[in-house]
Amino acid sequence: MRASLVMSRRDLDFLLHEWLQVEQLTKRERFAAHDRGTFDAVIDLAAEIAVEHFAPHNRAADEHEPHVVDGKVVLVPEVAAALKVFGEAGLTAGTLPEELGGLQLPQVVSKAATVWFQAANVGSSAYPFLTMANAHLLLAHGSQEQIDTYVRPMAEGRWFGTMALSEPQAGSSLADITTRAERQEDGSYRLTGTKMWISGGDHELSENIVHLVLAKVPGGPAGVKGISLFVVPKFLPEGDGIGERNDVVLAGLNHKMGYRGTTNTLLNFGEGVHRPGGRPGAVGWLVGEENRGLAAMFHMMNEARVGVGLGATALGYTGYLHALDYARTRTQGRPPAGKDPLAPPVPIVEHSDVKRMLLAAKSYVEGGLALGLYCAKLVDEEQTAETPEERTAAHTLLEVLTPIAKSWPSQWGLVADDLAIQVHGGYGYTRDFPVEQFYRDNRLNPIHEGTAGIQGLDLLGRKVVAGGGEGLRLLATTIGATTARAAGTEWADLAADVDAAVARVGEVTATLWGAGDPDVALANATVYLEAVGHVVVAWLWLEQVLAAGDADGDFYAGKRAAARYFQRYELPRTGPQLDLLASLDRTTLDADPGWL
Amino acid sequence: MNIVVLVKQVPDSGTERQLDSSDNTVARASADNVINEMDEYAIEEALTVKESQGGEVTVLTVGPDGATDAIRKALSMGADKAVHVSDEAIHGSCAVQTSAVIAAALSQLEYDLVICGAESTDGRVSVMPALLSERLGIPHLSGARKLTVDGSTLKVERQTDGGFWALEAQTPAIVSTWDTINEPRYPSFKGIMAAKKKPVETKSLADLGVDAGTVGLATATSQVLDFAGRPPKGEGVKVTDEGDGAEKLVGFLASQKLV
Repeated sequence: MRASLVMSRRDLDFLLHEWLQVEQLTKRERFAAHDRGTFDAVIDLAAEIAVEHFAPHNRAADEHEPHVVDGKVVLVPEVAAALKVFGEAGLTAGTLPEELGGLQLPQVVSKAATVWFQAANVGSSAYPFLTMANAHLLLAHGSQEQIDTYVRPMAEGRWFGTMALSEPQAGSSLADITTRAERQEDGSYRLTGTKMWISGGDHELSENIVHLVLAKVPGGPAGVKGISLFVVPKFLPEGDGIGERNDVVLAGLNHKMGYRGTTNTLLNFGEGVHRPGGRPGAVGWLVGEENRGLAAMFHMMNEARVGVGLGATALGYTGYLHALDYARTRTQGRPPAGKDPLAPPVPIVEHSDVKRMLLAAKSYVEGGLALGLYCAKLVDEEQTAETPEERTAAHTLLEVLTPIAKSWPSQWGLVADDLAIQVHGGYGYTRDFPVEQFYRDNRLNPIHEGTAGIQGLDLLGRKVVAGGGEGLRLLATTIGATTARAAGTEWADLAADVDAAVARVGEVTATLWGAGDPDVALANATVYLEAVGHVVVAWLWLEQVLAAGDADGDFYAGKRAAARYFQRYELPRTGPQLDLLASLDRTTLDADPGWL
Repeated sequence: MNIVVLVKQVPDSGTERQLDSSDNTVARASADNVINEMDEYAIEEALTVKESQGGEVTVLTVGPDGATDAIRKALSMGADKAVHVSDEAIHGSCAVQTSAVIAAALSQLEYDLVICGAESTDGRVSVMPALLSERLGIPHLSGARKLTVDGSTLKVERQTDGGFWALEAQTPAIVSTWDTINEPRYPSFKGIMAAKKKPVETKSLADLGVDAGTVGLATATSQVLDFAGRPPKGEGVKVTDEGDGAEKLVGFLASQKLV
């Protein structure tokens, strides 16, 4: 297998086939047209296009930020060229149903293809991925007419999509959005307001841009219960193409630390710059029911958040592969026991401390990839498992794992990139090597699609208590099934450590909520998120080494070494974190803002 | 216009390739096998001709069972059907023997045009199209950088070091292509799914009427007797600049006949 510095095909094959046995999915009606051959061909195709058309302009898109000339966004031309190849190959429609020109690929296979693009060039690949998320949301909640009008051209790669949630004054707190949508006699709405941080919000890459916008209809309930979802295109649809320009305009581009190939915009709706139908106001159409917008948006949030986590893993993974390649070729110093100054220097990969850094990064990125693909497969199970009970169980497990699948790789994939810079030494801090860009690009992931803080509140405040703690119980049972399989193997000690940590998480969760004060319970929700994340990934390392069995070769030995690393260096971090949580510590809660 | 494209599966030239130490043939079982890169240009050219002239594109492969992956890729790019000649007796065949097998397979197909890559990255003998031309008694337009089809007339620009030769022939003929002729398309998702349903006919030597005793390593016209790995890279020459660095560098380049 040709080695790549973008992603490891060997690891993907191991996770998909030796561990998750994804070919079994082809026994289900929805995936019956597929086999191992089509799965392999799809990933081959993604890898080829990512390496040949996305990776080469990753640096150029970073160095030449999007800018505005005469009201139009200018990007390096390679972005459009790469997206054309992506669209023509049909990649946008991978998971969509056949009747919409899709391939009905399982999510888990689609995500294994997707990580190639995220690792090769996260900035350029954001456009089609946002479009896919937009299409999936319309497919789940839009009318047939909306699906025909918007999803079809998006599936064909002709139109792109966005998600417009945040506003300058309301990001994490969507209850405070102020964009208004006024109902019109013809059933449409006119929107007025400003949306902030809209990725892919404006560009000349596609014929049209389909914004999915959260707004409030006057007279509706206050807070999140009054939020509705609207489809608001840049150009109003006409026949199979586009017609009049809608009243959505670019107010400005945000200049970012990384992810620079993706335009990030401030958009004004209904400012009167354009006058569709002869008057100001952005024309939009309601998706689903009034005041049910947030529920619709969150319906797709699991998939989107798993996708963000995989993106963070992908950026960490490519950083790790670059660091490994550098460490194998860069010679420097001699082993501590080697006294002869005339002996040739050794590749730095032979130094224990460099191995420590590489093992750490390996345990994060391979653990993160396992976590992301496991959750992507849960999406498939949720939709296609044989029985309603299995589908419900998959949904429950996915609900509890989603904040972890989003935040854990965002935190530790970034650390993998940090270590990649460290392995490169001074060179890693220069722009002559790509690892500094991976770090800058990856720094977004703990922030967008719900910050780490929000994920902590989601996990501890909602997911582990929902249904009387059903999610956490199911997670514990699922982990217990794995640790039971490890009995009598060389991994029984790791299984025992995981069992002990899972039991401790259960106790600590009961203690936190048993105190009866949500402010205290949630004060350290991010610490809880981090600890539970490490326990989950330790479990997934156990899963991986059990799947590897006693197979020979460097690849499997590497899996075993990374699992041991995680057991000895990482899992013990959770002890002090869980102790802190169990003590109902009030340090942060009691800190007066004036003291800070 | 019916076109046959010759496709070979080879060990990926981007990985370390091995010869099997037991018989000095290419180690295929342990290799990462892919479609011969030059053949992708031949497939693209065949598909382009089909798009303008109509007809069918058939992929013809001689290789072990695992070569179906290469066939599947060609079909997912858009070829219509495939013939896979697979027979253990072929193992170790030289180019002359292989050409007899391919010629026999072609004789059972209807074709106006045979297109193949100028060489494969494993054997690199680059004689297959000429051998087939001789065996089939059809013209060979070699080293094409451009192909034009006008009815039954084929026009080719043959790439040379200093420019090109203009060649012309009537169908049926065989055209070998360089990588300057086009930019091969990627398979599409739809092409990948469609490829599953396209017919692939597997044939043995007996199906082709070829005597198994005339092919294979034992009767090959050429055999690899011995081989050695590439010698490790030397340390190179270090030029110390003592005010005459430029002269020393030029002197070195001149000694290597590089300037």
